[in-house]
Amino acid sequence: MRREIPTAIAFFVGIICIIQFFIPHRPFGTLVDVFSDWFGIVAAFAIWLGALNLLKVSLERSLSKKKTHDRWYGLVVAASFFLIFIIGMFMSGGDQFQVPGSRFDYLYVNIYTPLSSTMFALLAFFVASASYRAFRARSWEATLLLIAAFFVMLGRAPVGDQLTGFMPEGYRLSEVANWIMTYPQVAGQRAIMIGIALGVASASLRLILGLERSYLGGE
Amino acid sequence: MAENPTEMKPGLFDRLMRIDRRVIFIFISVALIVPLFFNISQRIQVSPEVQMLNDAMNKVPDGGLVLFAMDYDPPSAPELQPMAVAAFKVALAKKFKMVIIGLWPQGPMQANMAFETATHDPRFKDVKLTYGVDYVNLGFQSGNEAVIQKMGSDIPTTFPRDYAGTPVDQLPLMKGIKNLGNFDFMVNISAGYPGTREWVQFGADRFGLKMVSGSTAVQTTEMSPYVGKQLLGLMGGMRGAAEFEQVSGYPGRAIKFMVGQSVAHVIVIVFIVIGNIAYFATRKRKGA
Amino acid sequence: MLASAAIAQTAPGDSSAIPALTIAQPPPPNPATNVKAEDAPNDGGGSIRVTWAASPDDGAGRKNVASYNILRAVSSPTGAGAFDTVGSATAGNTEFTDGHTEDGIPYIYIVEALSSVPSPGGTPVMVSVRSEPTGVAYSNGQWFHMRRLNALIMVIIVCGAILYFIQQASSGKELFIRKIAGLDAVDEAVGRATEMGRKIFYIPGTQDMDEVQTLAGITILGRVAKVAAEYEASLEVPVSRSLVMVTCREVVKEAYLNAGRPEAYNDSMVYYLTDDQFGYAAGIDGLVMRDKPSTLFFMGAFYAESLILAETGNSIGAIQIAGTAMPAQLPFFVAACDYTLIGEELFAASAYLSKEPKLLGSLKGQDLGKAIILLAILVGIVMTSFGAISMDTSDLDKLGNYNIGQWFEVQ
Repeated sequence: MRREIPTAIAFFVGIICIIQFFIPHRPFGTLVDVFSDWFGIVAAFAIWLGALNLLKVSLERSLSKKKTHDRWYGLVVAASFFLIFIIGMFMSGGDQFQVPGSRFDYLYVNIYTPLSSTMFALLAFFVASASYRAFRARSWEATLLLIAAFFVMLGRAPVGDQLTGFMPEGYRLSEVANWIMTYPQVAGQRAIMIGIALGVASASLRLILGLERSYLGGE
Repeated sequence: MAENPTEMKPGLFDRLMRIDRRVIFIFISVALIVPLFFNISQRIQVSPEVQMLNDAMNKVPDGGLVLFAMDYDPPSAPELQPMAVAAFKVALAKKFKMVIIGLWPQGPMQANMAFETATHDPRFKDVKLTYGVDYVNLGFQSGNEAVIQKMGSDIPTTFPRDYAGTPVDQLPLMKGIKNLGNFDFMVNISAGYPGTREWVQFGADRFGLKMVSGSTAVQTTEMSPYVGKQLLGLMGGMRGAAEFEQVSGYPGRAIKFMVGQSVAHVIVIVFIVIGNIAYFATRKRKGA
Repeated sequence: MLASAAIAQTAPGDSSAIPALTIAQPPPPNPATNVKAEDAPNDGGGSIRVTWAASPDDGAGRKNVASYNILRAVSSPTGAGAFDTVGSATAGNTEFTDGHTEDGIPYIYIVEALSSVPSPGGTPVMVSVRSEPTGVAYSNGQWFHMRRLNALIMVIIVCGAILYFIQQASSGKELFIRKIAGLDAVDEAVGRATEMGRKIFYIPGTQDMDEVQTLAGITILGRVAKVAAEYEASLEVPVSRSLVMVTCREVVKEAYLNAGRPEAYNDSMVYYLTDDQFGYAAGIDGLVMRDKPSTLFFMGAFYAESLILAETGNSIGAIQIAGTAMPAQLPFFVAACDYTLIGEELFAASAYLSKEPKLLGSLKGQDLGKAIILLAILVGIVMTSFGAISMDTSDLDKLGNYNIGQWFEVQ
């Protein structure tokens, strides 16, 4: 029963979702909204599972007898959790907590924003180190990729046009980069997207029909 | 990681093959930080996608009703915030009626910041806007693409209250707005899921929404197949933001950041070239 | 504000002021014509589409139309009731969908062209002119979305092919599947962790259970967990969604049970970090730098965090196997990982790993779908090159029936 009921639910909801795409008439047209709401509600309650698990793991780490740095990291996680939770829930004017000037907003702007931006900014550095390693002319295909990367990188920054400003219009680096991005790149992208779309269709069909049940813990 | 099969001591080229990534990081940081202290201006060639976007926005009649969907958060703000600011400036100049929403929880907060920056432009110091009449921020609604679908049939039930908790029926601007079909235009600033792709699939395609998008450089390649039909224009990453600032006539932070980007791109290319020279030199030696 | 206040003050008491104002005003715009109302097609009911021909002064003539108001009344045998404004459209528009009707009630509509007219005080006032009312219109729901007939045909063909090949496969027909290097490397990657006595990290993407890629990632996790249990390697699954945590626990537990080592499983192998994209990336990077796992799996939907994760794993020299159907993230994984499952390979993984005929059959059906699309693309290329058709769906008049672009358009 542990697997039959979820499989039946997946079948029923999956079929309804397909049908509603073709039948706009009530009740089909609105059922998908209902299912999305249900998913939202279940996922919202499940956040507690995650949050409590995070707290449990962090507190266990910080109270552990092993003298590692993990203890301190666990402590920082637990302390930050309580700080944001208490300030957001009780000290930021109830449902007005997002309004500019609230304490929650202060934490958002001055702590969360710079921390997240820092993580995202790492990408610039990692792209550089990954490009250095990956763009080697090891084979014919890799050489093509390298040449394309060269044009796109120069063409996507103003320096490209400064270097090739003497060239006639249509042959400047930014235009070459645009050409690469608009034609070969889009063609490749579309091919991958078509493959993915069919893959999703086939995987979804297997899930709906219950052929694929490994996500339920089965074979 | 395979060991070098040759028994020779690692020479210069071997070392250049494996430059410590921290060395690259230092060069990139210098390239990005130093130009911020200088006022260097660069001419930026505007790409057809951004030109299309600007034309499409300008084609909307003055006073048109425009939806701003801000689907991003602070991490991507350095790239996307300049786009939002410039788009709001165009909207202010064209006296658009603006409805702001976010499918990302942090989107409406980012929108508020961008809106404020735009209104502080000295060119708009005489523009007096009334909240609820000229613009509204309906805040965040969870549900991803389901929200777009619901907006297609009924916006007031999808967003019963605005950002500050005011019921939408008390906002004069919302009186005539029932669904996505009422908007003359839409600007989406997107950092991922849910974002431009969902708006295209569930908004532009289904409800004939005329839309343009600003997206992070990383996902621009994914959005470019939609340009022309579903998207009336696209700005990608910092470069796209700078182009839009230039073509719309509201230069801002993105144009300034482009200098750093130029230098950084050149540095990455230099490292790639070094890596390749070293690769060929060591290969030749091994082959000999 | 001053001007409208002045008008408000004079208007009620002093009726002579009104003609004076009217004389000073330029003439109002001509009304919209040919106004029609009909049930909005392809919907679940509750909406009526109003169309009109633009006023001669909209964008031409006197160019003084600012917007249109759409007014609605309920029709009855004794005549129409009062007209209420149900919406507006800016100048240049000739269509409005009233999404708040009740099915079966007779409605009639009027379109009002509005013009902004300067008043003596400087603040403009709006003057309006009404069109003729429409005939009676009812809204109702449709049982089939006609604009999606093409999608239905494609769904039937592709799903039919998939089901046919599943049927064929279950009746014992041998099916070929090409090698997927990334999946063949799973055993080696897990074995390496055992040899080195280090951990394996499995990241099932950063999206929730409503993403098919997450399900595909969890399917592969089942296999990895089973191999890890057999090799007695230590597996950790830090996740970014609560529901994914619960599901992964079930899958890993079952895998350990199937491998005959249920005692080696405990819930703390699968734990939640945060829903926040970059908070999660920071968390994983921290774990990777501290624990130095020998093997990292990234299987599922990823966004900008993909390279931040993979490059950190690369820097400690871990074996990395990635798989995603996010086209924009593929180049990053290819650059930083040892093996990458590209797009559809991620979804094919469960069939590949289990070699279950039914699952393999579905891949074959998928290939048929691909063949049909390829054929359509080829035919399209040839015909467009010879100028026989246009893919431009906006230019119907010029190309008439030759426009096959619209055959492929789904609304």
